[in-house]
Amino acid sequence: MKSPSLAAVRALKITLFLFCLAPLAVLVWKGFYDRLGANPVDVITRSTGKWTLVFLLVTLAVTPLRKLASLPWLVRFRRMLGLFAFFYGTLHLMTFVWLDKSFNVREMLHDIAKRRFITAGMTAWSLMLPLALTSTAGWIRRLGGKRWQLLHRLIYFSAAAGVVHFIWLVKADLRRPLIYGFVLCCLLAYRAASWLAMRARSRTAASAAGT
Amino acid sequence: MLIKKPSDIPSSEITPKSQYLSRRKFVTGALAAGAALAGGYYLRSSSDSAQAVSADGAKLSGIVKSPFSTTEKPTSFKDITNYNNYYEFSTDKYDPNGLSKNFRTRPWTVKIDGKVKSSKTLDIDSIMKLAPLEERIYRHRCVEGWSMVIPWVGFPLSVLIKQADPLGSAKFVAFETIKAPDQMPNQKRDVLPWPYVEGLRMDEAMHPLAILAVGLYDEVLPNVDGAPLRLAVPWKYGFKSIKAIVRISFTDFMPPTTWNQMAADEYGFYSNVNPNKDHPRWSQKTERKIGAGVFAAKQPTLMFNGYADQVAGLYSGMDLQKYY
Repeated sequence: MKSPSLAAVRALKITLFLFCLAPLAVLVWKGFYDRLGANPVDVITRSTGKWTLVFLLVTLAVTPLRKLASLPWLVRFRRMLGLFAFFYGTLHLMTFVWLDKSFNVREMLHDIAKRRFITAGMTAWSLMLPLALTSTAGWIRRLGGKRWQLLHRLIYFSAAAGVVHFIWLVKADLRRPLIYGFVLCCLLAYRAASWLAMRARSRTAASAAGT
Repeated sequence: MLIKKPSDIPSSEITPKSQYLSRRKFVTGALAAGAALAGGYYLRSSSDSAQAVSADGAKLSGIVKSPFSTTEKPTSFKDITNYNNYYEFSTDKYDPNGLSKNFRTRPWTVKIDGKVKSSKTLDIDSIMKLAPLEERIYRHRCVEGWSMVIPWVGFPLSVLIKQADPLGSAKFVAFETIKAPDQMPNQKRDVLPWPYVEGLRMDEAMHPLAILAVGLYDEVLPNVDGAPLRLAVPWKYGFKSIKAIVRISFTDFMPPTTWNQMAADEYGFYSNVNPNKDHPRWSQKTERKIGAGVFAAKQPTLMFNGYADQVAGLYSGMDLQKYY
């Protein structure tokens, strides 16, 4: 398939950007019209948490999709999607810090140390932080492509910690967190498979060169 | 002090017995509208079906105020009926309202068995006539860290226990929720071992604060809140207050309880509200009051949910860190 023009990509980017803001817009709208239900903080927590995971998985789907469907230009949207994962993750964290804990640092530290699902959640967010900070072209240059890419593999661990966070917080009925876990496994399996295939190819190439 | 003690109530405010006995009549089913009107009570929502399958929404009459009620403002009817855990319908707290709409609460019987003189089966309508109905405005604390103030209508559990005539060997009371997967969609899945079971020690069950609730806000108990018969034990976490009861058994052993079977380190048999006993998932020091608003800070959780004056004696000498 032919790559879309620069103008088309830009238009698509703006559209996608607005789409990515929709979950926040829905929350704000519901809050404004008092439609967040009996426990608004719970709804905000769940919504921002869900969208963090969704954006993490969508970001991780970009590479398999562009390779399998031969749509290389999809990579141009990857940074924005990843930053939206960080954006919703930060909103999720702020909900905890402000609305749930009212900035009570002692209580928060106690929770992070004591409750394993919060430990996992904090880990997931902390792993996203360096990726968001080094998401600019300047940082790619400063770090060099190879090292930058290595650093950004942290997203695998962040997404895994996010799924574990979800699994551990559920009291009973693991269906929903396991769906996220299954999708993540597929996305990571693709990478493992392509890594193995690449290694096999380079071995063949090396042995061919050796003879 | 949030809970009015019986002694705080001037005797002038207590309804004379003769008066409340004369008001004992109350709605017991969604009868045909004409019959309901002739009987002197009304149905807020009329049912399409001629058959009485539910009494949801009908007004209860002859309700007596109780000195055990808190003076706190009750949570709105909307929030009480749209936000709760009822895993038989859904693990989501917003869904049970819609999913329980067609739940059939008539005919309904409760089996009384175990360590009793003789087993029997009581009809819900006769259970509702065992004692004058009282309004009990109780604080309700969920183990998940949220709370409500709920104006239950019911009567002391001790009344039914005396009626059941348990043997001296009966040390515990076990409760069982209905198992009706055709009506309760989540019972088709193994979310929890069905039916849901709960239990109380005999002295807890006989405590005047422990009630069987049949109503809410002066109306017949909505399906979503455990109609037609549920327990309300305000000093314990909400999951102890079992819903849609079909069996009450007396035992000489501590009966199994559902959440304890699921995760014994999280949910003990007693499950008394205790801000000093940390829970692996949720801090129990504070609670979010439903209806307080997005930016309201959580409020401190009180020992035995604020009912310590009345119930602490039940547990004197017990290590509450161990027997949580």
